[in-house]
Amino acid sequence: MLPVSLKVQRRIPGEKPYWAAYAVEVEENGRVLDALHQVKWHQDGTLSFRRSCAHGVCGSDAMMINGVNRLACAVLCRDLEQPITVEPLRGLNVEKDLIVDMEPFFEAYKAVKPWLVNDDPPPTRERLQTPEQRRRYDDTTKCILCAACTTSCPIFWGDDRYVGPAAIVNAHRFIYDSRDQGGEERLEILSSEDGAFRCRTTFNCSDACPRGIKVTEAIQEVKRSILRKKI
Amino acid sequence: MSVAGAYDRHLRPDTRPSGFQVWSWFFMRISGLALVFLVLGHMLIMHVLDGGVDRIDYNFVSRRWAGFFWRAYDWLLLALAMLHGAIGARNAIADHIRKPLWRGAAKTLLYSVVFFLLGVGTLVIVTFDASRMPG
Repeated sequence: MLPVSLKVQRRIPGEKPYWAAYAVEVEENGRVLDALHQVKWHQDGTLSFRRSCAHGVCGSDAMMINGVNRLACAVLCRDLEQPITVEPLRGLNVEKDLIVDMEPFFEAYKAVKPWLVNDDPPPTRERLQTPEQRRRYDDTTKCILCAACTTSCPIFWGDDRYVGPAAIVNAHRFIYDSRDQGGEERLEILSSEDGAFRCRTTFNCSDACPRGIKVTEAIQEVKRSILRKKI
Repeated sequence: MSVAGAYDRHLRPDTRPSGFQVWSWFFMRISGLALVFLVLGHMLIMHVLDGGVDRIDYNFVSRRWAGFFWRAYDWLLLALAMLHGAIGARNAIADHIRKPLWRGAAKTLLYSVVFFLLGVGTLVIVTFDASRMPG
């Protein structure tokens, strides 16, 4: 077993945040999520955090671990310096402990129309595309909407009106989809005051993405497409 | 209920299409590139060649501005530097001032200062006439 020293930022609505220290044991390949479970299940049932699939797919347990946004279920305790500090994602209101209000994040996501727009009559079979056409937007299909990128962005910390990297990544996924017809409209939306041009290219989002999406590159591609459209 | 903090009041993204954002982004790239060469040329002529700043006096400026080329060079340097700096400062205001009223006030002040300085600089460069100066 691996002894783990945890420092968790606790917040209760209406009260000042404070750091709580916990000592737990996890298996040699235990993850931060396992350490949090140990606390919640055996030491302090009031500790609150989100998790669902617990295997790096649903994206619900993104949090700031040792100062970096990561998925608690996808990082091993043995790879981290101790004590392991755990904080809620930055830039979003904290509901309790590690649970943040994701509503502004999803509001920005919805603003870019992240669904297939195609007014043609539905075909009798699937809408086909070539492997090359599919490859064009492959990277941005990997997004799991964990908000690790958006909440690592210093522009979003200062102003949550900025749609943020996740929304732009999800717009990118449809803008370059050969079956979609809403690309022009999405580029118009992202040309707005709070759109893609708020990005200052700090690369925090690319570093934070647990799926390894080249987020900053996707944002730059969208910016260039908006420029080409205007020219 | 959420914990009171800096992000309490969420403002919705402004998604109205804007041509200004894209053109200012493009301008920053072009002007930045042009400024590298203009500033290096300026530094070389004014600070390094022929004794540098020690030789700069009224006669030097009047000789330099006797022709069109150096007036155009200096005006381009002034205009690009002011506008490049103004857009950069505008971005900093957008990033750091959250309240719309303060943001608007800061931008108004910025634009006023920039256009005043640009106007005065342009007036000097365009109307300078060595023969009309006393002495």
